[in-house]
Amino acid sequence: MDKIVNREVISILVDNRYNVLSRVVSLFGRRGFNIESLTVSATNNPDISRVTVVFNGTEQALHQIITQTEKLEVVRDIFTLDIENSLYRELLLAKIECDKHDRSALKEIVDIYRGKIVDLHKDSIIVELTGPPEKLDAFMEMINCYNIVEICRTGITGISRGVTTKDI
Amino acid sequence: MRINGSQLLAEVLLEHGVDTVFGYPGGAALNLYDVLYQYSDKIKHVMAAHEQGAAHAADGYSRTTGKTGVVFATSGPGATNLVTGLATAFMDSIPMIAITANVPDSLIGRDAFQEISITSVTMPITKHNYFVNRIEDLEDALRNAFRIANSGRKGPVLIDITKDVTAAMIDYKKGEPLPLDKNPVASDEDVQKIADMINQAERPVIYFGGGVVASDAGDELNELLEIADIPATYTLMAAGILGYDNPRNLGLIGMHGSIASNRAVDRADLLISLGCRFSDRVALNPKKFAKKAKKIQVDIDRSELNKNVLVDVSVVSDVKPFLQKLLPLIEKKEHREWVMQATEWKNKSGDVKCQEAELHPSEIVTAVCDLTDKDTIYVTDVGQHQMWTAQYLKHERTRKFVTSGGLGTMGFGYGAAIGAQIGNPDKRVIHFTGDGSFHMNLNEACTAVSQELPIITVIMNNRVLGMVYQWQTIFYGKRYSSTTPERKTDFPKLAEAFGAKGFSASSPAEFEEVFKKALQEKGPVWIDCAIAKEERVLPMIPGGGTVEDMIIG
Repeated sequence: MDKIVNREVISILVDNRYNVLSRVVSLFGRRGFNIESLTVSATNNPDISRVTVVFNGTEQALHQIITQTEKLEVVRDIFTLDIENSLYRELLLAKIECDKHDRSALKEIVDIYRGKIVDLHKDSIIVELTGPPEKLDAFMEMINCYNIVEICRTGITGISRGVTTKDI
Repeated sequence: MRINGSQLLAEVLLEHGVDTVFGYPGGAALNLYDVLYQYSDKIKHVMAAHEQGAAHAADGYSRTTGKTGVVFATSGPGATNLVTGLATAFMDSIPMIAITANVPDSLIGRDAFQEISITSVTMPITKHNYFVNRIEDLEDALRNAFRIANSGRKGPVLIDITKDVTAAMIDYKKGEPLPLDKNPVASDEDVQKIADMINQAERPVIYFGGGVVASDAGDELNELLEIADIPATYTLMAAGILGYDNPRNLGLIGMHGSIASNRAVDRADLLISLGCRFSDRVALNPKKFAKKAKKIQVDIDRSELNKNVLVDVSVVSDVKPFLQKLLPLIEKKEHREWVMQATEWKNKSGDVKCQEAELHPSEIVTAVCDLTDKDTIYVTDVGQHQMWTAQYLKHERTRKFVTSGGLGTMGFGYGAAIGAQIGNPDKRVIHFTGDGSFHMNLNEACTAVSQELPIITVIMNNRVLGMVYQWQTIFYGKRYSSTTPERKTDFPKLAEAFGAKGFSASSPAEFEEVFKKALQEKGPVWIDCAIAKEERVLPMIPGGGTVEDMIIG
């Protein structure tokens, strides 16, 4: 159980009420669970929100996250998403220093990754890119040689394929 | 019927069989207390000296009666004073309901006088909590609080009610308590697998904890010991499940556990753990704990499985139905040699007395035990006296030993003893404490006096903070940092000042004499017992150590 698991995506369905996020986050904080990202989103049911957590660590730590979280009264369901049978997406915004000499080369990279240039200044551009986290990682690798002013990533949200839905 | 929020609260409490609550009034709680006044023939309110005492009393009440303890407090400091009491109950999985009043909703979030967000403060130390600022939400919150506190692994729930809600009117119809959540029960396959392991084991040991008490599975456990001939050891939370004279009872496990228990666990080829969590005071070195044994863990809380020690077979189950399913599959067995070996270790005592002293802790505990009947409830504070009491009492019955196990709360004892005595008016309650612990919350003497509770407080007075002092002696080169406070408190006089009775004793004969006198008193009594500061709690396994590191004398 103490072996390292790969990146796991945990989906938590919680009551859509005030204070719910702080209950989940405070639990992670006080139990020392190390998480990579956390997003909260609406579901088709207005009473329920979805918290998506990306986690890296040991199998034992994963078991602890799941079993401690499921004890919270506000948690309706918690499960890990099966990598093979799920889709993950993340949004990235990158502000890159760029004058007219770099512009076309950068645009080429952005196009290859099917990103969009959403803001253009004399000395900078802002790129919007969505996709699986690996694609965003690869894009960041590609633009590393430019002067990156700022990067924001939303953290991922994920959903399983097919109709065996966990939504209520 | 049309009633206000405070009446609704009283009605729901009555529906849940609550006839006793503990607490302390205040500004935001005026409406609640006005209703408690109206309902005083149905609900007895015990006013403490301090909200912490009230919380410990509700806890002690719950531990000794099995019912849900209820505590009331006002907003702000009233609510924050509950924190240690809630945390104590949370760590020991005790069902409790805390009702706090808050400032009116119109003032929430404005740093009003005595405003605090107690739901934020208590999030990590309650199973769940509610902030109720709409009268329509109150009934639901109250009913669910009882359900949550008593379902699965039990624990405290807090409900914070704004003052306007305590006065707001609503229609109310009598209802029933919500059904408890269904407890998990081990599958047939898992039970069969475990039965096979038990039937094949040569040196099995059972290690059990508070889950057996909460599940009321003592009879089933005793039967298992009998049929399969397995020796057993218990945590602090489960003293009394096995009779003292039971030949298979190895005694307490862990840091200050018996030599027999710790050795048996170390030599066992199968360890069956029931309703316990391999805490750091038991599995001092989680990697080497019961290293020769296959380990089975049965617990109602899935998150406890494999949390501290990795086990071979883990099952989420309430202990009682698990044992009920298991028993028919267990073969009648004899492990004569193994039990004999374990029992032989039992005769090796850790009772090393300080030579110069006249009155020894073991003599005090033994005398109390011999002079009281089997129904007596023993409550402790935290520290050396707690361990001596756990070690030397001849535990015979469940829910008769009340102690703060998980949180280790000094100052727990007196409040808990008051709750125990209120909940068990026909039984004798003895409160063991040390001079350190007692100084923390001895103010509750005024509660014991006004309630006329014949609690006997036995103070093991060594004039130092004994447990820390002991560690400083052994591990810190006798550098006694802040453990020798040179206090001059005259406990018998102080008892008198509170309106209680005070005695002192400095020899076994003297102790016996004053204890017999104390038993005749109708109100609270303190007995100040002079013991030596060099007296140590032994045996002892230092943190991170194994049975090999055990200090015996």
